[in-house]
Order: sequence, then structure tokens, then C-alpha cells
Amino acid sequence: MSVSVRIPTILRTYTKDQAEVSVEGGTLQEVIDALEADYPGIRARILDDAGKLRRFVNVYVNDDDVRFADGLATATPDGAGVSIIPAVAGGC
Amino acid sequence: MALSAATPASPTTSTTTAPDATSPASFGNAVALSCRECGERFPLGPIFACTSCFGPLEVAYDYPAGAITRESIAAGPNSIWRYAALLPVPAGVAERPNLNPGFTRLVHARNLARELGMRALHVKDDSGNPTHSFKDRVVAIALEAARTFGMNTLSCSSTGNLAGAVGAAAARAGLRSCVFIPSDLEAGKQVMAAVYGGDLVGIDGTYDDVNRFCSELIGDPIGQDWGFVNVNLRPYYGEGSKTLAYEICEQLGWRIPEQIVIPIASGSQLTKIDKGLAELVKLGLVEDRPYRIFGAQATGCSPVSAAFKAGHDVVRPVRPDTIAKSLAIGNPADGPYVLDICRRTGGAVEDVSDAEVVDSIKLLARTEGIFAETAGGVTVGVLRKLLASGALDPEAETVVLNTGDGLKTLDAVAGTGPSAVIKPTLDAFRAAGLA
Repeated sequence: MSVSVRIPTILRTYTKDQAEVSVEGGTLQEVIDALEADYPGIRARILDDAGKLRRFVNVYVNDDDVRFADGLATATPDGAGVSIIPAVAGGC
Repeated sequence: MALSAATPASPTTSTTTAPDATSPASFGNAVALSCRECGERFPLGPIFACTSCFGPLEVAYDYPAGAITRESIAAGPNSIWRYAALLPVPAGVAERPNLNPGFTRLVHARNLARELGMRALHVKDDSGNPTHSFKDRVVAIALEAARTFGMNTLSCSSTGNLAGAVGAAAARAGLRSCVFIPSDLEAGKQVMAAVYGGDLVGIDGTYDDVNRFCSELIGDPIGQDWGFVNVNLRPYYGEGSKTLAYEICEQLGWRIPEQIVIPIASGSQLTKIDKGLAELVKLGLVEDRPYRIFGAQATGCSPVSAAFKAGHDVVRPVRPDTIAKSLAIGNPADGPYVLDICRRTGGAVEDVSDAEVVDSIKLLARTEGIFAETAGGVTVGVLRKLLASGALDPEAETVVLNTGDGLKTLDAVAGTGPSAVIKPTLDAFRAAGLA
């Protein structure tokens, strides 16, 4: 399963300034593991020490927030788009 | 240090010269951005998330000892710029073209207090700001940061009030604006955002969808020189909410109220009011005494209230469904901090139904002559509910926030109209039973 991952600005030091990268993986967990293999160090920025998504990161698979789906077990079909976005924007 | 805030604003003197972003003076007494999660520090810049843990960044200061006094503040202009020494803004900020928001009225709400059985109640009424909501405060600070960073476009994701504030501030400052809103926003708020002449873009989705889009746009070359006030300028933007704390205390005679009820959308305003109170104590401008902070949400979008009641430390996002659209943020970024503050101060977070929101808008209007938007109805509704449950002390001095004007959300009180429609005769008036 080849998926496209959009990288936020603060993580682009790991991807040599690439805003979008392609990796293989059938679930979000597998996608993050594949990212780590290609870009060492990036997983620890997305997941905490317990291996869970950090509190202030939002991850979307095909525009769906994974917290409304199956979290790290969310399926990532072939051709899916994954977005990683800091969760600290917003209003009052 | 000479306090620039002590210089009254002059409407005849203005400049569009941008301060030098590399000069420390561009941000006044602010010295760094600090991660609220891990404490890592970063140079002042257009960044908003920690590169180590994604945590939110906020402005850290090094205030000159003894230089900020009640007298120096009172000598300043009747706007948020009287507190410029406590904000990340350059010297002379009050003389630059901006909307000069703030110093709104603190209404001693005797009639409402009597109706609710309270001893001392005040309404901090931010509907009196230039675009009729508290958003002018936060945008004014973000605008200064955008100027300092040499940005050419002011932008935001918005549920309405912020869109208007950004459009107006950009117009006044001579910048382009391009703001993004959910396309189903109230018609009045769309008009109020578009009238300032900037670009207004409706997004087919919720506020959280809009917010996500803007977060991605800043990482694209399109948004390279754009200042999104509530995204890449968020650390500065948030500081504007501190001025509510400063004003409330100053208007009470330099006293912290015992209880404050604050609406929650992302929770940023509540956290910054707490930060502002702590700063006043640290600077010796107010007596250090206990205060309780209460958060208010609409039941149709109450993830923080639900987490508080369940005893959770994390906030599970929801899909909003409420008439209080300005509070309809299903994924509140500062939610965990709101929980911390309300618990630490002995406060609470509560929510009310849309029907209670409408009823509370009418209550505030009927008792105090203040026409609040739906967020104000939420806050007054929660005030009533917390009083009824015993969570709020009716004997304690209490401040409740009205963050926007009811003219922005007329649909909420649709159907409110004439007591009677009669022919222009005395007999008809008598017959209507109103004589």
C-alpha cells in the first residue's frame, strides 16, 4: 500500500525539506514505522514514549481525523493521503 | 526602562514603517517563545508549535523590576496599549495605525445579580470593541507581529468574529487580508467580515476543517508570507486575551475578582486570562488572593465540559452542533490547559443547551440592556446553571464575560418582536391590553 504523507513545516528537517513523501503501509502505525525507516527520528516527534499519538498532533487519513476512526490502527488504503498537523491552532 | 505604553495615542501621528524583526525592542519585554509542554525555548519568530513535542508555544517575558506600575499604566491610552509593557509589541505601538481595541466597559450588573440572587456581579462587555467582539484584542497583537515579520497578508481560520476583526485590522493597516470561514456561517457575520474589502473564502466543512486547511496552507509556498493570526502568529495573538484580565482588575480598583466565568472555544482566552492574573500578582499590581475560574460551553459542542465532568485530563474531539457557532470548535487546542486551570483554582466547566442560550441572551438584555451574541448567552447560561448547582458562590464577587454583540447572531433570537401590532388609535392600544 503506497500512501502519500504531507509533512508539517516543523518536521521537514527530517525529510530534507520535502513537504510530501511516499511510503508503504496498510495502517497508520505501519506508515509511521515506514517513515521512521526512511527518515530516522521522525517517529519520536509524532508518538510519545508510550507509542501513542502525541497530545498536540492531529493526523488525518483521507481527510478523516484518525481519532474518529481507529487511531494508529486506522487503515491506509493504497493511494491514501496522510496529513500530520500541529493541533495548536484555533480560535478563542 | 521607559514605558512606551505611557504615551497616549495620537490620531494625527501614524507610521507604517515596520520594526526590525531582529531587534529585541520589536517585541518589547518579550524575550522568547516557550513550549507549554516541555519548556523548550525558541527565538521569537512566526512559529507556533514545538519541534520536539508539537506542544503550543507561548511568549515569555523578562519584565524590568519596578518599572511597570499602576500609575504608568493609568497614564496610558484608553485601549489595550495602556498595557503595552506587558505585551509582545514594539515601543510606540499606540501611534501606529490599528483599531485601538480594549478598555471596554465593566458593567455592574445589579439587576441581573438581584434576579439570580447574587451579591456582586459584573459583566465585562467586549461587544464595545471596534468590530464588536473581543477578537480585536488578539488581532491587534498579531497584526504587530505580522508587521514585524514583514508579512504581506493577514489571514485566519474563523467562526466569524475573528474574520471581521482581521478584515478590519488589515484594512486599517493597509495590508491585504484573506480569511477562511465555514460556508454555513451566519449571514450577518459573513457580511461583517466581507465589508472591509478583503478576500473572504467559505470552506465546505466545519471550523475544524477550516483550521486544518489553514494549518496546511502555511506550509505551502502560497502561504509563505502570510500571517495567520491564529496559526503561525498564535503565540502573539493569544497574548491579547491577557488584556481582559488586566482591565477587569484595573476597573475593579486593582483587585482580582473571586470568580470569573469565561466562554470556551479553543480555550485560549481562558488560559491567557489566568496568565494575565498571575502576571499582575507577580508584578505586585494586585494582591495575591484566591480566585476561581469557570469555563462555559454549549452542550452541542462541549468536549471540555465533558472531560471535566468525567475527570479526564485529555479532551476527546466532537463534531459541533450548536447555535453558538463562535464557540463551535470540536477539537479545542487549549482544552487540557483549561481543565488544569479550572481544577487548580477550584472552578468548573459546565455547558448549556441552545434553548438555555437563547433564554440567557434575553435575560441579560432584559435585566442589563446588554445584547449578547450566542457566546454571551452560553456564558450567562452557565453562570445560572452553576449558581443553581451550588458550584458558584452567590456571595462572591463575580465577573462574567460577554465576548460579542448580539447583532452578529440575530437568528438566535428570531421571533422576538413587537408586543402587539395595532392600528394607530388609542382604542386599539387599550384593546391590546398594554395600557
